[in-house]
Amino acid sequence: MKHTISVLVENKFGVLARVAGLFSARGYNIQSLAVSETNDPAVSYMTIVVDALDEKVLDQIKKQLNKLIDVITVTDFTKKEHVSRELVLVKVEYSAKDKIKLENVAAKYAGKVLQHKGDTGIIEAVGDHQQIKDLLESLSQFGVRELVRSGSLVIGC
Amino acid sequence: MTGAQILIECLKREGVQIIFGYPGGQILPTFDKLYDSDIRFILTRHEQGAAHAADGYARATGKPGVCIVTSGPGATNLVTGIATAYMDSIPMIAIAGQVKTSLIGNDAFQEADVTGITRPITKHNFLVKDVTDLARIIREAFYIATTGRPGPVVIDLPSDVQLADTEFIWPEEVKIRSYQPTYFGHPGQIKKAVKLIARAKRPILYIGGGVITSGAHLELKELAEKIQAPVTWTLMGIGAFSAKHPLSLGMLGMHGTAFANHSIMEADLIIAVGARFDDRVTGRLDAFAPGAKVIHIDIDPASISKNVSVEIPIVGDCKNVLGQLLEELRSPPEVSDWLKHVEGLKKKHPLSYRDLGNKIMPQFVIEQIDEVTKGEAIITTEVGQNQMWAAQWYKYLYPRSFISSGGLGTMGFGFPAAIGAKLGRPDKMVIDIAGDGSIQMNIQELATCVCNKINVKVMILNNGYLGMVRQWQELFYKRRYSYTCISGPDYVLLAQSYGAVGIRVTKKEDVRPAIERAISIDNTVLIDFQVEPEENVFPMVPAGEAINKIIGGLA
Repeated sequence: MKHTISVLVENKFGVLARVAGLFSARGYNIQSLAVSETNDPAVSYMTIVVDALDEKVLDQIKKQLNKLIDVITVTDFTKKEHVSRELVLVKVEYSAKDKIKLENVAAKYAGKVLQHKGDTGIIEAVGDHQQIKDLLESLSQFGVRELVRSGSLVIGC
Repeated sequence: MTGAQILIECLKREGVQIIFGYPGGQILPTFDKLYDSDIRFILTRHEQGAAHAADGYARATGKPGVCIVTSGPGATNLVTGIATAYMDSIPMIAIAGQVKTSLIGNDAFQEADVTGITRPITKHNFLVKDVTDLARIIREAFYIATTGRPGPVVIDLPSDVQLADTEFIWPEEVKIRSYQPTYFGHPGQIKKAVKLIARAKRPILYIGGGVITSGAHLELKELAEKIQAPVTWTLMGIGAFSAKHPLSLGMLGMHGTAFANHSIMEADLIIAVGARFDDRVTGRLDAFAPGAKVIHIDIDPASISKNVSVEIPIVGDCKNVLGQLLEELRSPPEVSDWLKHVEGLKKKHPLSYRDLGNKIMPQFVIEQIDEVTKGEAIITTEVGQNQMWAAQWYKYLYPRSFISSGGLGTMGFGFPAAIGAKLGRPDKMVIDIAGDGSIQMNIQELATCVCNKINVKVMILNNGYLGMVRQWQELFYKRRYSYTCISGPDYVLLAQSYGAVGIRVTKKEDVRPAIERAISIDNTVLIDFQVEPEENVFPMVPAGEAINKIIGGLA
């Protein structure tokens, strides 16, 4: 099962290493991680997605996160109502005749083609995890040359 | 003031009277200011010794221990000592010099990423990049190390920050919004706990180091007597409850008393106070105390329900929570049958050891130390058989009288810890109970002892083996003693060459006179007790077994 945890932290050097260390020390891989400042520049917000955590391990990690001096709050969104979004940028290779087709596919997933250059285009899309997955599947017909994703951002309802 | 001056001034204001350490290139500015200060500095012969000495000082006094070393190898030599303190929740401040800020990350001479290395073994650590942050950081470091669940804090201090000038501003208050430990138990949980206690038929108090840390021993005694619950303790809990109290069951777990283990297995209520259900205590988890409900009192929420599921968690300082329970508790449970049963277990499975005529049994040595010192000494230990025998056979009467590396199990801990303990408690006789393996790990501190006239006694139970590992090899590896036979120096000559006194004891009748003589000498004394080589620590629960599956011993 996938778990989404958000951590509000003091915006100081070393905090990310402390947080990440709690996962790596237990042999768990972080699937996605998004960090940025909040409206208070002294505070950062981290959204961490981890796969297949044992409930007991998850519980321990949350408690250990809370114990870190620089951690302000920890929220587990796994069973909480929330909105989740991620941003994806995809560089796609296509032949000129497929331009309209490409634009249609992008539009279907609320994405848009940011740029056409030669035989490549850069597509941007924002959606939840499933929407992004679907978009990438549809784009595979064109040939994906490069792909970057932001990782999930979540906010509670 | 320069950074170095600010550091010394802050340490003074934090009440630091003694610092352990070792100088070096990147901490020179601080050592220069230390030279003029009235803080006592103890130069150890290895940085690891400084860390353990600071730790031993903290354990003996309850005050934070402080050590100062240089960058790179100076700091990495502290690592074992910091990890030892971390595992046992000991307040410690470790200050390490660092290469100047402009060189950090350049693989400069004697550079190591100290905050990176110590991150998982400290409660918190700081890299000071700006001298204007220094006073605040030191204040926060002491605050973090000594409050909540205590622990070591590392301050990594680049040499240019030590030299930089700024106005000294002492922060009167420490406020860390993200760090607010819970000190009092939730009243609702207290009420529930009291109800559960009142209904209990077979209650047991299971106590750990948290009782000592929070100074809760008087409240603990009051509660135990009020509800007439037998008391068993972890290695870290030794001394929190008098071993001579009629309700005392001694230590439980792998080398605990058989009656403590049987009692907790049969209990219907475990009141865990400042303990964490370590694997050395619970044995096989799914077989641990099957009929018991658990009330777990601990200041660290992460300790609760980590290993054993708990009916009533109470997060708070042990002293406060026990006080709250005592206030709320009106009707103590009816336990006379249970106490009779526990008494029966004590009679049926007493702690015992073999008598091999004139041979010196290690347990006999500890008993003699106990009798000669009347339980009034501070005992430090190394790790292994010596540690377990010291835990089993000395009758500890007071908190902070037993100092041992419980969590990390650090060989070489006991001797430097004894140095720290003696400096913290000069009024006490301090004895390191050692093995011939462990003592060789930090033997160089004999020089520290002699040159500073630190009167500690080292009593080596010399069996020519890494005894505990040999015991496991005997029991579980078909007596294949793979690299556990260990030789040592002539300890009498060794002691003499350092300027200490060495005594060798080869006969049982000489044991007591040797201890008495050692105690009467105003110098560091090292006694080499040549004990029965293949004696084992019993009772013993094999790793991974239920704790009532006890092997060996006479009981």
